[in-house]
Amino acid sequence: MLRLISSSSKSKPYSSLSYSISIHSPSNNNNSDNNPKFFSSGFSINSAITAPLSQNRNGFPKFPAKIADFDQYGSRFRRVQDLVGGTRNFSSESSLCRESINYDVVIVGAGPAGLSAAIKLKQTCKENDVDLSVCVVEKGAEVGAHVLSGNVFEPRALDELIPKWKEEEAPIHVPVSSDKFWLLSKTRAFSLPSPFNNKGNYVISLSQLVRWLGHKAEELGVEIYPGFAASEILYDTSDKVIGIATNDMGVAKDGSKKDNFQPGVELKGKVTLFAEGCRGSLSEKIISKFNLREKGQGQHQTYALGIKEVWEVSEDKHEAGSVLHTIGWPLNHKTYGGSFLYHMKDRQVAIGFVVALNYHNPFLNPYEEFQKFKHHPAIKPLLEGGTALEYGARTLNEGGYQSIPYPVFPGGAIIGCSAGFLNVPKIKGSHTAMKSGMLAAESVFRTLHEGSPLEAFWENLRNSWIWKELYNARNYRPAFEYGLYPGLALSGLEHYIMRGKSPWTLKHGKPDHEATDEAQMCKPIDYPKPDGIVSFDMPTSLYRSNTNHDHDQPAHLRLTDPKIPELVNLPIYAGPESRYCPARVYEYTSDESGQLKLQINAQNCLHCKACDIKDPKQNIKWTVPEGGGGPGYTVM
Amino acid sequence: MKIMVAIKRVVDYAVKIRVKPDKSGVETSNVKMSMNPFCEIALEEALRIKESGRASEVVAVSVGPTQCVDTLRTGLAMGADRAIHVEHTGTLYPLSIAKILKALVDAEKPGLVILGKQAIDDDCNQTGQMIAGLLKWPQGTFASKVVLDEENKVATVEREVDGGLETLCLDLPAVITTDLRLNQPRYATLPNIMKAKSKPIKKLTPQDLNVEVKSDLEVVQVMEPPKRKAGVVLSSVDELIDKLKNEAHVI
Repeated sequence: MLRLISSSSKSKPYSSLSYSISIHSPSNNNNSDNNPKFFSSGFSINSAITAPLSQNRNGFPKFPAKIADFDQYGSRFRRVQDLVGGTRNFSSESSLCRESINYDVVIVGAGPAGLSAAIKLKQTCKENDVDLSVCVVEKGAEVGAHVLSGNVFEPRALDELIPKWKEEEAPIHVPVSSDKFWLLSKTRAFSLPSPFNNKGNYVISLSQLVRWLGHKAEELGVEIYPGFAASEILYDTSDKVIGIATNDMGVAKDGSKKDNFQPGVELKGKVTLFAEGCRGSLSEKIISKFNLREKGQGQHQTYALGIKEVWEVSEDKHEAGSVLHTIGWPLNHKTYGGSFLYHMKDRQVAIGFVVALNYHNPFLNPYEEFQKFKHHPAIKPLLEGGTALEYGARTLNEGGYQSIPYPVFPGGAIIGCSAGFLNVPKIKGSHTAMKSGMLAAESVFRTLHEGSPLEAFWENLRNSWIWKELYNARNYRPAFEYGLYPGLALSGLEHYIMRGKSPWTLKHGKPDHEATDEAQMCKPIDYPKPDGIVSFDMPTSLYRSNTNHDHDQPAHLRLTDPKIPELVNLPIYAGPESRYCPARVYEYTSDESGQLKLQINAQNCLHCKACDIKDPKQNIKWTVPEGGGGPGYTVM
Repeated sequence: MKIMVAIKRVVDYAVKIRVKPDKSGVETSNVKMSMNPFCEIALEEALRIKESGRASEVVAVSVGPTQCVDTLRTGLAMGADRAIHVEHTGTLYPLSIAKILKALVDAEKPGLVILGKQAIDDDCNQTGQMIAGLLKWPQGTFASKVVLDEENKVATVEREVDGGLETLCLDLPAVITTDLRLNQPRYATLPNIMKAKSKPIKKLTPQDLNVEVKSDLEVVQVMEPPKRKAGVVLSSVDELIDKLKNEAHVI
């Protein structure tokens, strides 16, 4: 809508009419992937208050439009579309002149799963003396820029993929030297027996490892294109996925084309693999379109938000390979979560806090909980005298075995955390993500080379060690639905006695977005002010994430109904998005009349997807911004 | 007419840099590197001149370690025809770069040399001026508008100076350094990035060009700026004057 308005004043009447058709998403592609400027964003809300309504020469109202009149314009467009008839693939005018490039396999996401799949494909091709063209698109500015993880790495999948990783100088140097598990109270730390067995595992920076995997993939001939965001799924007439299209670049905030406008590019693949990580934007669309949750293990996915910092600490406090996990304070017994503290090399320490997103109190602020945690007398001394280097956040899957969707759809498959193979009690998902990519690659090769059905991937998954591992781990996280202590007790039972052979499979509780209680039933939490030495305010932390987006682009966080924040989120839930977002994207500010309105600072976004998951009415949709934007993680 | 554009691989502008613990410089390992923004603007201007038909070829040049090739590939993806990489590991100062570029200009004989006004890592703002000096060519620095007149072999350059805008007429061949407002660089599109992989990058060393890379400068120490001290709330004007006189020594 917005783009139409600003360009029609420049273009001829006919072309503006065709422009309006192509802008509006086709009806069969609900929630169409490149549904741009049709939805309002924080920007339009603010300006809507101040700018008067005016009309351009075609009689359509000029941007900015008042929010209250939003529906009126919407219906006008639908009439126009009905006149001429919407067509499936036109979701933007530029799609009329989009270049199309063909590959055998297109992989969305250069993370552990995507790169492992690419590497395995090329390896299998070499073994069989054939070649397949493999293309990986990555929305981060470089490979590894959007990768964040604890990370205590289990090299099981890497041993299978690249057995000589040590000789090939993989950035895996620090073996785990100690494993501690503490239950924290406000002032004390009680040592509990460690439920982990990290022998043979390493403390690494996953971002660095993924960078290395990227080099290995390129050596094998994989084409990797960082800085390009896959924003649209391409279908053929039989609803089979034939590839993806990247974002248009150079679109201004109001939807008009800037000087350096470039239309997106269509990357068509005989097989498309989605490896976007947890709550991948395109993967979620695929899952809902093809009903993959019901066809899979059946349960909805549950999530947690992990916030992490990397510090450089003084030499005498650093113990390479030391691994610590804590539970308890500052979270209460109804909220699942805890912290991790891993000592890497070069005096660097990874410290982070994970909060399950099915928390009940809308006043909970995961970022502030993390800052509070760092003040614990057992933790603070380590950080004093040190420097905070990087900051970031990302959601992670906690659904495990019960939530695995059926990963195959016509035209491709979903791999890695986009499907959800994280082992919650182990708190490890990188090895299973990599293995899922490798299994998919094997199936894809056979599909392309021999014509066997891609559905074999599901069978291979169920026969692999991923399945056994996740099956044995399935009852730990759901046990915590009953609270911290029952959860610990049940986990103890599961770990020491049943050892994964329990005859029952516990179910998850409500979906995360439904678990939030109304604000009137909960107590606001008073968080201490940051001291600037060990804890910091949000802007300071955000600065360390190197996150950046071109400010002059449409906001990538779309509200399906722009009225809901002020009608539901704020009065009933006290605006939880202003608290759970680890990047302060959402802020309620007063306008001239004293009313609180939602302001979306899309530029701050860390691409963590917490808002997409936790918004009570699922009104916030995270869509992908222009490629190259987002955080710039290097040692996360 | 050939245009030569010199580009530099620097720490990406969005990265938060920090000083190395040994204070010898800024931490550049594990840090995102990209093309200097002013060099992007320079390359964009060269491409626009070529697209308007006033130039036949755009050659991108970079001096530095092996990874400069990545930056040159980005330049090729934006539209440069050829690239030259002069390989040298180790610190390079503007005068050495200027000498190397002079040698390349003598070999390639371009009609115009365009550079960014300064690199965002050292902010020297010297290379363009030094090349012009070595070549004895006219220079138009801080260009915010460039208009080429092919027939008369003249470039009209609007410069951003402290007092406002200054317009210069330069006889070609000339050196132009670009400022921020000159243009908005284009995105390298995916198809172009793919095509750029097959475009040629010539490799040279400073020895090939008979340039000795040595410097009379040595960076002794790099420090972070001192932490801002807290302010002091004063109770009277007399106290203020006293502090300004005796502590800050400004009056």
